[in-house]
Amino acid sequence: MQPSTLSILLRFLGSMNLAITLLVAIAVAAVIGTVVQQNQPYPDYVLKFGPFWFEVFKGLDLFNVYSSSWFLCILGFLVLSTSVCVYRNLPGILRDVNDYREHSQRNALLRLPHHHDFESNLDQQHILTMIAAILKNHGYRFRQKADQNGVLFAAKKGNGSRLGYIFSHVAIIVICIGGLMDGNLPLKIGEMRGNIAVETRRIPASDIPAISTLSTDNASFRANIDIAEGSAADLAFIDYKDGYLLQKLPFTIQVNDFRIEHYPSGQPKSFESDLTILDAELPQPVQHTISVNHPLTYKGYTIYQNSFGDGGSKLALKVWPLSGSHTPAALQATVKQFTQIGDQQLEISDFRPFNVNPDPSGAKQFVNLGPSFQYKLRRPEGTANEYLTYMQPILQEGRWFYLSGMRSKVSEPFIYWFMPADQEKRLDRFMALYQTLLNPQALAAIAQQTADSSDSGRQSQPKDREAVAQFMLKLANQFVTGGYDAITAGIEQTVAADKHQEAGQVYVAVLQRLLKNVYLQVLQDEGIDLNQPLAEFDSQFMLDAIAAINLAHVYDAVVFLEMQSFQHIEATGLQITRSPGKWLVFPGCLLLVLGVFCMFYLPQRRLWLLLESRETGTSILLAGSAQRNRYDFDKEFALIKQQLTQHSTSA
Amino acid sequence: MDNSLQSNYQQPSYFESRSAYDWVWALLVISGAGYVFANYHVLMDAYEIGILAISAPLLIWLGWRWATLQFFSLSVAALSILAISSYGGDLSRGESAFLLKYLFASQSAIMWMSALYVMATATYFGLLFSGREFVGKVASSLTWCATAMGVIGLMVRWRESYLMGADIGHIPVSNLYEVFILFSIITALLYLHYEQHYKTRSLGAFVLLVISAAIGFLLWYTFDRHADGIQPLVPALNSYWMKIHVPANFVGYGSFSLAAMIGLVYVLKSSFQTVRPQGLLQSRLPDLALLDDLMYKAIALGFAFFTLATILGALWAAEAWGGYWSWDPKETWALIVWLNYAAWLHMRLTKGCSGKPMAWWAIVGFFVTLFAFLGVNMFLSGLHSYGEL
Ligand code: HEM
Repeated sequence: MQPSTLSILLRFLGSMNLAITLLVAIAVAAVIGTVVQQNQPYPDYVLKFGPFWFEVFKGLDLFNVYSSSWFLCILGFLVLSTSVCVYRNLPGILRDVNDYREHSQRNALLRLPHHHDFESNLDQQHILTMIAAILKNHGYRFRQKADQNGVLFAAKKGNGSRLGYIFSHVAIIVICIGGLMDGNLPLKIGEMRGNIAVETRRIPASDIPAISTLSTDNASFRANIDIAEGSAADLAFIDYKDGYLLQKLPFTIQVNDFRIEHYPSGQPKSFESDLTILDAELPQPVQHTISVNHPLTYKGYTIYQNSFGDGGSKLALKVWPLSGSHTPAALQATVKQFTQIGDQQLEISDFRPFNVNPDPSGAKQFVNLGPSFQYKLRRPEGTANEYLTYMQPILQEGRWFYLSGMRSKVSEPFIYWFMPADQEKRLDRFMALYQTLLNPQALAAIAQQTADSSDSGRQSQPKDREAVAQFMLKLANQFVTGGYDAITAGIEQTVAADKHQEAGQVYVAVLQRLLKNVYLQVLQDEGIDLNQPLAEFDSQFMLDAIAAINLAHVYDAVVFLEMQSFQHIEATGLQITRSPGKWLVFPGCLLLVLGVFCMFYLPQRRLWLLLESRETGTSILLAGSAQRNRYDFDKEFALIKQQLTQHSTSA
Repeated sequence: MDNSLQSNYQQPSYFESRSAYDWVWALLVISGAGYVFANYHVLMDAYEIGILAISAPLLIWLGWRWATLQFFSLSVAALSILAISSYGGDLSRGESAFLLKYLFASQSAIMWMSALYVMATATYFGLLFSGREFVGKVASSLTWCATAMGVIGLMVRWRESYLMGADIGHIPVSNLYEVFILFSIITALLYLHYEQHYKTRSLGAFVLLVISAAIGFLLWYTFDRHADGIQPLVPALNSYWMKIHVPANFVGYGSFSLAAMIGLVYVLKSSFQTVRPQGLLQSRLPDLALLDDLMYKAIALGFAFFTLATILGALWAAEAWGGYWSWDPKETWALIVWLNYAAWLHMRLTKGCSGKPMAWWAIVGFFVTLFAFLGVNMFLSGLHSYGEL
């Protein structure tokens, strides 16, 4: 008879080869998913792989392997294959569990690797009792069958391994189905049918269109929301592909407080949020504090402490102009909001009250660099540099410096600018020096003085001294806009090649004389008596200040923002999930562990004892078989054999 | 049925056949657990009390099955208590008290452990070449001593962490340094069990090789990276789940490593069978059938515990990360390891494959496991925050 198509299909689906292939295929897919970082913004991939491979990989869904159709398809096949396997094996196993094989023939038993043939001179009743007792003592259950040939004991123990097979394989099916319920398959289907469209723009929640909004009917999701202290929200965002979807919640979460506790060493110890759940159905709002590892479950929604960030801290800033010369201005700004500074837009992205970093000396301790804030200054044409500025000066080689980092691309590390702090640990002296250098009139006067004073004998013409002053001004200008590099470049353009070095030395000497006089002017303005020799601090300060001005052009900014004070408002990052699948997955897991341990540690063993009457007495054939763990069965078999033979001849 | 006759053949039941020692052991374990409960239950949450309540009978049962473990545990417990009480309440005594400074302060104990494991490895090789039983006994004893030092080291470290500050204290399975010690101990204990049960001392040389490699890493990590300091827990690790998830995982890793080394012995022995039938490997190493069986046993044990550990991890993730499965690289690699051994078990049990190809597969499996254990931390980033290199 031809096998039907169905039975061929079932045989294929239930075949071991398919099962092993699927197991290996899932493993390989999982490897791919860990080698290619998942769910990153698309532009990052383009940068990393180039536009060609980006398209190829995107086509293959390699950027979200675990929710791709082909991966779900393999998983589906695994579920199918395991189901078919269980379906096909189940009847056999159930039969096997109740089957004592009491129809085994002598010849078949003799073919088993474990068998032993001996004779007893005891009377048959005695033997039967003895055998029953020994079998029972070893935990065997048995059936007894007598016919014209003799008596057969068919014994077995350990159904666990057979049942374990059913448990564990059913568990896998259950777990996979639970997992699929919690996966984003419904979203994919909704998207395919055009009911859902991913939102990629950064727009306020109230502007998100209905097609990107999921109602409270959505049974399974994982969404995030940042809520500032004192605020509330009844929605969350689901990251999906290269954008997000808005998820409505049937209640409102209000954040009363967010706390970070620290160990004495400064490392974070716990993150906690005090929440109030407001729900029209509740007679009274629910108050609850969540922390990492201690979520809150309400109405099947679980709320986790996931992250934290800034909830719109208020910063008091001092704006130091870095081009042209103006007096500094005060400015109030809010984190995550935009503020106009001249023609530039200030966008503060983050504020941190602490910066606990490993001590750069390599010793096992941490230093707190104090508060910092991070911001962008966007030019009218739309481009922007990003800055990271610390509030307090930082100790470097025993001296204090204000520190600010700048970068023009987000992907680059910050380049830091070190500005020396004056004796009151303030920025004023450095800024006074720098702004004098930027102020043409003030600088011209000092240059003229410098030119005059270097020619103390008054031998040269005023015209020449003016030329010297002009030259100094030009050098100073080059220095401020491009550092020593600009002066070197100027020399290379205007001076013959063989004189470069000589010119360089002269130019720098001239420049430094001017810079020193500018600095002395600043000191005088501070009220320092210049007739006294310079204090060591003040001389060192000049060197540090010149080093800073040398690099000022690298710090590409029109203003420097000094943080004067702040009011810290934190936001807690919550993750809100709904996963009905876990009610399948968790019991499935239990079943799996149970099944696996049963499979390995309750192996099935069978024994047969065939008694036949002979003239000399009773011949006994002991035979046994074990599914696995042969070594231990060897021992048990030997023991039973020894007990049997011993008791069979003793009487 | 004739009852008097039946009682003739009656074997004592499981509990009846326990010796007096066994009962003393049980009593000691229960009183130990009782002591811990009485003194520390205020510091424990319900789950931790549950863990304690389960570990005591488990330890009793293990001791009953394996008598040497009783002696081992009692010695380790006695020495640990001695060390902990020498501390009093003062961490700085670790530098001054002789006993602590040179033997039992966790850092010293772990150095002793390292040295002893390396010596044991050398001695096991001595056994392989000399074949003298005495050498084998020395090797086994060294391994036992090393393991004891390791366990004492961890116990004392646990206490030290509390001496650093009540809120810093935590079980020492929280970073790569600590789990490497755990790995060495568990692998050694598993091996010692097989060694006693199956009389396979000659395998020691190969199994201890893996442990020595782990020790090499540990020493590099200590001296080059200064990773041996006790650090407070990051908030995500501060959970009772860690106490069971990590040890279960390392029973898995340890068994898989053991299986791989047995696989290596299998491959070596069967490759030289025809080339040098009279060689050292043929005469000294266990026969191939036993090796094959041991390899299966180790993988089965590892698979069972790895299943358990992965599930415990998933339960923990459900509490800490907002979902039982996030396809985090560490999680994903655990799945890969698990699938790999599932395929191995199917090949062997349902297709009846055995011998050299399966031995090779066990060796390859070790590298997959190694990547899940170390490679992920080194090369991939994810939510598993402990132990970056
Ligand atoms: C993720 C999927 C699967 C896992 C993790 C898994 C796991 C296991 C494990 C651990 C064993 C026990 C080996 C032993 O007793 O030592 C086993 C046995 C077995 N598996 Fe699977 N399995 C899976 C899928 C399948 C599929 C799809 C089939 C159908 C072709 C299958 C058929 C079998 C059979 C027939 C046995 C032997 C049962 C026995 O003789 O007791 N398994 N499986």
